[in-house]
Order: sequence, then structure tokens, then C-alpha cells
Amino acid sequence: MIPFLALVRKDLKLFFNDRRAVIVGLVVPILLASFFGYLFGGQRGNAETSKVSVLVIDQDGSDTSRGLITQLSGDATLDVKPSTLDVARELVRKGKATAAIVIPKDFGRDAGRALFTGDAKPQVEVLYDPSHNVELGMVKGILSGAVMQAVSKEMFSGRTGREVVNESLARVENDPQMSAPTRKALRDLLGGVQQLNQEQERTGSSAQGPAIGGLSMPFQTKEEAVTSGQNVEYNGYAHSFGGMGIQFILFMGLDVGITLLMLRQTGLWQRLRAAPLSRTMLLGSRAVSASLTAGFILTVLFCFARVVFGVRIQGSFAGFVGVCAAFSLMTAAFGLMVAALGETVEATRGYSVMATLVLVMLGGAWVPTFVFPKWLQRLTIVIPTRWAMDGLDGMTWRGLGFSAAVTPIAILLGFTVLFGAVAVMQFRWRAE
Amino acid sequence: MLEVNGLTKSYAKLVAVSGVSFRADRGETIGLLGPNGAGKTTTVSIISGLLNADSGEVLIEGKQVKSDTDPVKLKIGLVPQDMALYEQLTANDNLIFFAALYSLAGAKAKSAIDNALHLVGLADRANDKVKTFSGGMKRRLNLAAALLHDPQILLLDEPTVGVDPQSRNAIFDNLETLKSRGKTLIYTTHYMEEAERLCDRIVIIDHGKVVANDTLSNLHKLLPVTNVLAIELETANGFPTGQMLALPEVKSAELLQSTLRVGLHDLSRGAPIVLRWLAENGHSFRHVASEQPNLETVFLSLTGRSLRDS
Repeated sequence: MIPFLALVRKDLKLFFNDRRAVIVGLVVPILLASFFGYLFGGQRGNAETSKVSVLVIDQDGSDTSRGLITQLSGDATLDVKPSTLDVARELVRKGKATAAIVIPKDFGRDAGRALFTGDAKPQVEVLYDPSHNVELGMVKGILSGAVMQAVSKEMFSGRTGREVVNESLARVENDPQMSAPTRKALRDLLGGVQQLNQEQERTGSSAQGPAIGGLSMPFQTKEEAVTSGQNVEYNGYAHSFGGMGIQFILFMGLDVGITLLMLRQTGLWQRLRAAPLSRTMLLGSRAVSASLTAGFILTVLFCFARVVFGVRIQGSFAGFVGVCAAFSLMTAAFGLMVAALGETVEATRGYSVMATLVLVMLGGAWVPTFVFPKWLQRLTIVIPTRWAMDGLDGMTWRGLGFSAAVTPIAILLGFTVLFGAVAVMQFRWRAE
Repeated sequence: MLEVNGLTKSYAKLVAVSGVSFRADRGETIGLLGPNGAGKTTTVSIISGLLNADSGEVLIEGKQVKSDTDPVKLKIGLVPQDMALYEQLTANDNLIFFAALYSLAGAKAKSAIDNALHLVGLADRANDKVKTFSGGMKRRLNLAAALLHDPQILLLDEPTVGVDPQSRNAIFDNLETLKSRGKTLIYTTHYMEEAERLCDRIVIIDHGKVVANDTLSNLHKLLPVTNVLAIELETANGFPTGQMLALPEVKSAELLQSTLRVGLHDLSRGAPIVLRWLAENGHSFRHVASEQPNLETVFLSLTGRSLRDS
């Protein structure tokens, strides 16, 4: 036991004596996690986010098109600015604007006709930056709602609306192919709208009454962020600190492997091998010291997040400790596997850094996995970091119970066994 | 104490050691002498259990090392050629760690560390970080780390590489002290003067094979000459070395830069003949000295090559 404890204590001493290692292990992830946490919504989950920049080219100049622009400008998520077609196209191409909406000539009239009689619909062109697909969907949704409100308002209370209704009534009366029941139904509908328009014109109170503003959305939305409990707001720092912790602990594990590779080329390795120490003790002590270091890093990160950003472990504390411990062990085994499979230090550093970055990226430590394509999301099931992230998210801001931590812990321990077995089987003990 | 029998080790087509055998008794210092790449370090690595031999055996007090944790390993202390210290830790912390590898802790460890530090003269630097030490001090600490568990056999793989003469002498003093305490020392070097000073017997290895294994005095007997006359010439250009060999008593003649080294069977008879011949043939000289032939000469005689040229 004395040699084992000495080996562990020595590793920890070397880690804490190396200021660079401590800074890389603690300060850098704290800085990055703070930055990402702010980007992901900050402490209350509703920090101000940048608006989507949208340009509008009004080629119609009608009351309807102006109403549409007013509707779009009123949306809190859009930053709407007028533009011309050429300028807008150039700005979108350069990435200065996310999308440009082109309202074509006669849009107001054609949209009204299409609304009542099914005539050809006007085409609203949306130019967009292909690197902003997600925002395009949002812009199209907002545009649809705004068009419905602007066009219906104009049709039921505006000058263009009255002209279109009168014109449509005349066409209904004079269409020889229309059946009598259909003619009657359309006459009643359009007649009602005409009567409403005349009443509004007579009273001059076009700004009164519920129908006066045209059609409006028949519902309202009430958003509720589903977190660990009522009145518990989402804290973006919980995810970012978990993600950055995982990233930097993986790099620490990588460092363990590289250090072991380098150690094998030194007199120190000869001295260790000359002592009456088992291989299990030599590798096991390194795994334990790496796990303790990883646990220490995670503890410091979450303590910082707790004190500075109010991140809480809303779920099972035992589950949180379990996930941290399992991930720490997995990282240590990963480092030993790197040392076992590595040939030269330089080559090993190269491919293991790449492997680590892939693990971090696919594990959702940078961005949540739900933004990945479906096939990639399915692939992440075999990525250990994804389970670590799921476990940490579950135990922190999602507020899940211990049962939700069991699967991530089991899978992480499974990876630990796998990596550890590869390390033990492939490790080259002899100083050839 | 230590028996090495027929060790052979190859790396692919390269034969690192081939049939190396020797033995070392208690209190004896054996020098493994040979040029770089001769197989000295491979031999030491096999003895200390770092490498498996392809064939042959190593017996320590009649027992082979059978596993990583075999207690027989406690009888060996290894001083690797590369510095085996943690630079970021203090000398004391290093020694506490290395003592713990042999399950030494508490008062036992402290006593062992104090003794080792005193022996190598670093007691006053115990709490300084190793990275602040000079090369010579690191070498001495490297030696101290191998002594903590009081091994009977000390394997020293070129322990003076890169140190200044003063530190080298200090290490020699330490080793002589250990020898006087009855320790068995296996000392690898390619410095013949180190082997001459320290070793009771010398095993000369070249290309992985033992080419000689005897005491220094017996090795000298292998030489065709018993004395060397070293003459520093005023002008060495065009000196007719071949003509010297025709003189009576002269067994060899070699010109290195401006120094003529003449091997003689009998110094008192041969020296006047050589000096007279030089004077009669107009070869003036600045300095004359007689030397005992050394291991360099032995190595040259056995392998046909100089140690430094190998």
C-alpha cells in the first residue's frame, strides 16, 4: 500500500507543482465556460440575444405592403430594415444580413384577390444566407403570420379591400359557369364584407371594434421553460461548465497518456520498473491519480459556477457525484489507452488531440446534440462524452433523480473497463 | 553474489549482446568497459529486470528474478544512465518517493534518506528543488536514490556522464565508500580511467561480446609491451614511424599528432636506444615521459580499435 499511495501522491504533487497544468486545467475552462454560458442564455436563460437581421424590399408600395412591414418590424426577434433588391442581395451574400424579403408589385391587390377568390397568389421572394438555415425557418413563420394579418386587415377595412370586394362581387354576379348555391354563398359573404366596409366608412371609426383590424391570430402563446421545477429558471452556465469541464478533463487524461509515453523513455521509468512493483500498481496508481485530478477539476469548476453564476445541482447530488466519478475514471482509462497505443510522442499527440476533439464535439460539450442531424444524434450513443453530458445536464439544470444518472454512470464505467482492458493488454512494459 | 550466464539479446537483425557471462562477488567492483553501443546498457537492463534476455540467465545469490514483484529485486539498486529524478520536486521529496517504492516509510525512510544524502554530500540541499541543482549534484542525487533500500548489488550505468571533474571525483569517493561497506558494484563506462581507478575486475565488451574478463594487472599481461615511451617531437611531419620498428626492444610505434608513443619490452634498455636514434637522425624533441600501458592500450590490442574511435 505504501508504494501505491506514494505513486498517487507523487502524481498529484507534480500536477499541483506545475502551475501551467493547473491554469490550463482550471482557469481556462472557467473562462470558456463563462463565455459559452453567457452565449447560451446566461443565468436566467433569457439574456438578450442578437436579433435576426432582415431586409425588406417593398416593390408594391401599397397600404397592404406597408402594413406587412409594420407587422414584421413589430416582432421582437427581427431587426427589419428597408432596402433595395441589389443592395439586399449583396448584403445577404456578404453575411451582413440573414434574409431579405421581396414584396412584389401589386402584392396588396393580388393577395386580396387570392384570399377571396383563389386567384393566382403573389410570390414573396425570400433571399437568405445558406449558413443560417435555422433562422430562415423562423423568418418564414413570422412572415406567414404577418402577411395573414396585414392582408386580412386591408381586405376588411382598407381602401384596397373595398375595391377588391366590389370587383369580386361583380365577378360573382357575372360568372355564367358558377352554380346558383355557390353564387349565393359568395354573394352573402362578400356582401357582408361590403356592408361592414360601408358601415365603417359611414361612421368613420375604422379604428374601432374587434373586426375592424381584420383577421388576427386566433391564439396567444405562453412560454414556460421546463426546468427542474416551477419558478426555477434555466441557467445556461450549468451546461457550459459541464461541457468545458468535460473537454478539459479529457485533455488532462490525454496529458496523462502522453506523459506516460514520455516517461517510458526516461531513467525514471527504468527506476520504477526496477523496483518490486506490479504492473497493476503502476497503471492503477496513475489511473487513480488522474481520476482524483479530474474530480478536483470538476469540483472547482462547479463550485465556481455555483458561487458566481448560481448554478445548482437541482437533481440528485449522489447522481452528480456518480457521473463525475465515472467520467473521471473513464478519462483516466482513456489516457492509459493513449499511452498503450501510442508509438511516438509526437504522432500520439496529434491523433489523440484529434480524437479528443471529436469526442468533445460529438458529446455535445460545445453545442447541444439536438442541433446535429438525426443520423449523427444516433451515432453519439457510442460516444462516452455524450453520456457524461446527459448525466451532468440531468443532475444540474434538468433536476432529474438518481435513476436518470444510472444509465450514464453504467455506460461510462463500461467505457472505463473497455479502455482499461485495451491499455493493460497493449501496454509495452519493456524498455525495448 | 551475481552470476550472469550466456546472456543473448537481439533486436530484429541487430545482436545487442551475445553470450555475455561474468560473475561478481560480495564487495567486488566489476567494470563493464566498452564503447557506446557495445551492449553494456543492454546487459545492465537485463540484470535489473527491465529487459528479458532471449537466452541466458541472471542469478542473484543463486536466484532468478521471476516476476515484477519478486523480493530478489530488493537486492538490486539501479542508477540509470539517464537522470531518474523529478525536477519539480525537492531532493527530499524525490527520496521519500523512491524510498516508498520499496515500502520504506516513517522513521526507516527518514534514516535511509539522511544516510544517503550525507553519503553524497547533499544533506544541506535536501529541501531544494532538483531543478536548481547542477549536473553533478543531480548525478549524486541519482546515486542516492538507488541506495535507500540498502541493496547489496548496485548497478551503475555510466553514472558520471556529463559531470565536471570535481563531481566525478565526489562520485568516485562515494562509490569507494560503498565498496568499503561490502557492496557489489557493477559499473559501466567507456572511460578507461574510471574503470582503472574503481574496478577490481574489468569485463571488456565489444559488439555485444565479452572480449576480456580479468583483473587490471592480468589484462596488462595480455599486452605485447609492458611500457610506453611518450615523446613529444619538435616536428612530426614526415616522421618515419616504420623505421622505429626496426630498432631492438621496440615493439610498437604510433604517432598521434606530435606525440610519438613507442612500446618497449624493457624500458631501461630500450629508452636509450630510441632517444639516441632520434638524436642521430636529427629529430629533436621537447618532452619525454614513460607510461604504464592502460586499458585504452588493452582495448586497442584486443579489438584493433581505439575506445574513442569505436
